[in-house]
Amino acid sequence: MQKPQRPVYMVSGGVSKFTKARPDITFQPMVKEAYDYALQDLGIPHKKFFEIVDGSVASYFSDHFQRQLMSGIMVQDYLGLCPKPSHRVEGGGATGGLCFQEAWKSVASGHMDICVAYGFETMSHVQTWKGNEFIALASDVSFDYPVGGFYSGYYAMMVVRHMHEFGTTVEQMAKVSIKNHKNAFWNPYAQKRIPDLTVEDVRSSPMVAYPLTRLDICVMSDGAAVCILASDEGLKKLQKASRQSFKPVKITGIGRGTDAMRMADRPHGEVILIPREKPSDYKKLKYPGVHSFRAGRTAGKMAYEMAGILEPIEELDFIELHDAYTSSEIQTYEDLGLCKYGEGGPLVESGKVEVGGQCPVNPSGGLIACGHPVGATGLMQAVFAHWQLQETINKHFGNGKLQIKNAKRGLIHSHAGTGTYVTVTIMEKV
Amino acid sequence: MPKKMTKKIKEIEEVKMEEVLDGTVVYNVPFPKDLKDLDKLAPIIIKFPYHTDYIHSYGQDSPFFAGLTNKRLLGTECPKCKYRYATPKGHCMYCGTKAKWFELPQVGRIHTWTTCYFGSEEFLPECPYNLILVEFEGVDTLFLSRLIGAEEKDIKIGMKVKAKFKRLSKFKPTDVYFVPA
Repeated sequence: MQKPQRPVYMVSGGVSKFTKARPDITFQPMVKEAYDYALQDLGIPHKKFFEIVDGSVASYFSDHFQRQLMSGIMVQDYLGLCPKPSHRVEGGGATGGLCFQEAWKSVASGHMDICVAYGFETMSHVQTWKGNEFIALASDVSFDYPVGGFYSGYYAMMVVRHMHEFGTTVEQMAKVSIKNHKNAFWNPYAQKRIPDLTVEDVRSSPMVAYPLTRLDICVMSDGAAVCILASDEGLKKLQKASRQSFKPVKITGIGRGTDAMRMADRPHGEVILIPREKPSDYKKLKYPGVHSFRAGRTAGKMAYEMAGILEPIEELDFIELHDAYTSSEIQTYEDLGLCKYGEGGPLVESGKVEVGGQCPVNPSGGLIACGHPVGATGLMQAVFAHWQLQETINKHFGNGKLQIKNAKRGLIHSHAGTGTYVTVTIMEKV
Repeated sequence: MPKKMTKKIKEIEEVKMEEVLDGTVVYNVPFPKDLKDLDKLAPIIIKFPYHTDYIHSYGQDSPFFAGLTNKRLLGTECPKCKYRYATPKGHCMYCGTKAKWFELPQVGRIHTWTTCYFGSEEFLPECPYNLILVEFEGVDTLFLSRLIGAEEKDIKIGMKVKAKFKRLSKFKPTDVYFVPA
């Protein structure tokens, strides 16, 4: 794939705090909270912004949760963005990541100079177990859903195989939970801020689907997030409209991958290699099977090629990845080449992915601690990455404990169940 | 379910009555004298049902379900590249050729598994239940099914399992299930 002709920047972002339920407002003002925050941070009032913005992309996963079709346009009108162009993007859990990349495309292609990516989900409108049913409809309704359609069950089967192939342990998974809940303690946008969980706590939490306990799994939430992207031309227009200076962050790598909806259909073939890996590393491994995410590897490889990254763990200063399950965080370390396949468990034990380590993963607390209002999640990651690279965590979080010192390059990773769509985006300090 | 909860988990998993959706019907709410007070009004939350009977066709996969009701387990095979699908695919994912039906063995091994202690609303009454992906000798892909007659502690990857069929078919993939062989 060719490099794009035009550089694209993220200039601002906002998050409406993810929470179990937002009965006080409907989804449109929830998005507006994030939108207003992003504009305020940019120092541009809406009316002025409207004069220069070219369009938007809407991100939300499910029409079932609200029994409302075309929610996207209802946000577009509420934000006062009509009659500018817009469209909705959907791809399961990766919806937010896809939305970000669609906005990137709009700008990279020259179609737009300034584009807003907004995402939201309101999952509180049904009870938890009904919500699980709706989510499970994102599996084949002829062959998978009727057998026991339950996403935690699917991920449980995947990690049981990962444990079998590589010796990954439940204690290693618990360490992901401990790390992410601990990081979240300093993130006011996180819902579950527990600084002192132990392996014993995680393991004694109610079992959901063996070996995943409640503390291995993210929670359904209501929430919204907004990102504003611009070209060089767009930057000039924004600079002119704003009374203050702002720090853009450059988007330097974009990658996407896919895999079969039914886990049963995934091949058992050869590993897709990234630089510094050789076929002899994986002589006996059948890939991806159900233990690894071929879509994640494909997306990472593509984004690394575009950004010129050869040794991810050394060349990335932090990562916000889709830890819907502690197990999928470990699996994703491997897909992203932070370590070889099979070494994800030991990697979390090494401390390299802790805040203060070589390459902190989910310094925000990730989905495990922040929650997962599907359409907003991938955009929330972009906002946190943006603030890291601007070095403005202190300003936005009210404390600088999670600021990665001298952060120059970060990666965000958005993942749809059970590894069907995955996006990887690389962002860099300008 | 094993293991005693730690003190911290007991705090997190607070004791509370289950929320159910059969609350009282209310036809009116109080209204403030001054319209300025409307912003302080608590949100009004209503319930509405949503039920649909879908007319779902199994389309090209229909013979699989006809097989189940006749105690036959069917997969598909690509006539060109010979790739064999344990869960039927109408066309080969690799060469695009229209696949042919073949009969799967009724004995396989557990490729991976889990025991679900919670589930989607539809399956909650069945908890706990076991999910397995079955691998068959000489077949390239797997098959998702339920495992009956074994508990979490008994289940192992590689375990031999055999297919059983419901006598009264529901024309669902659960018309077949597996038991330890």
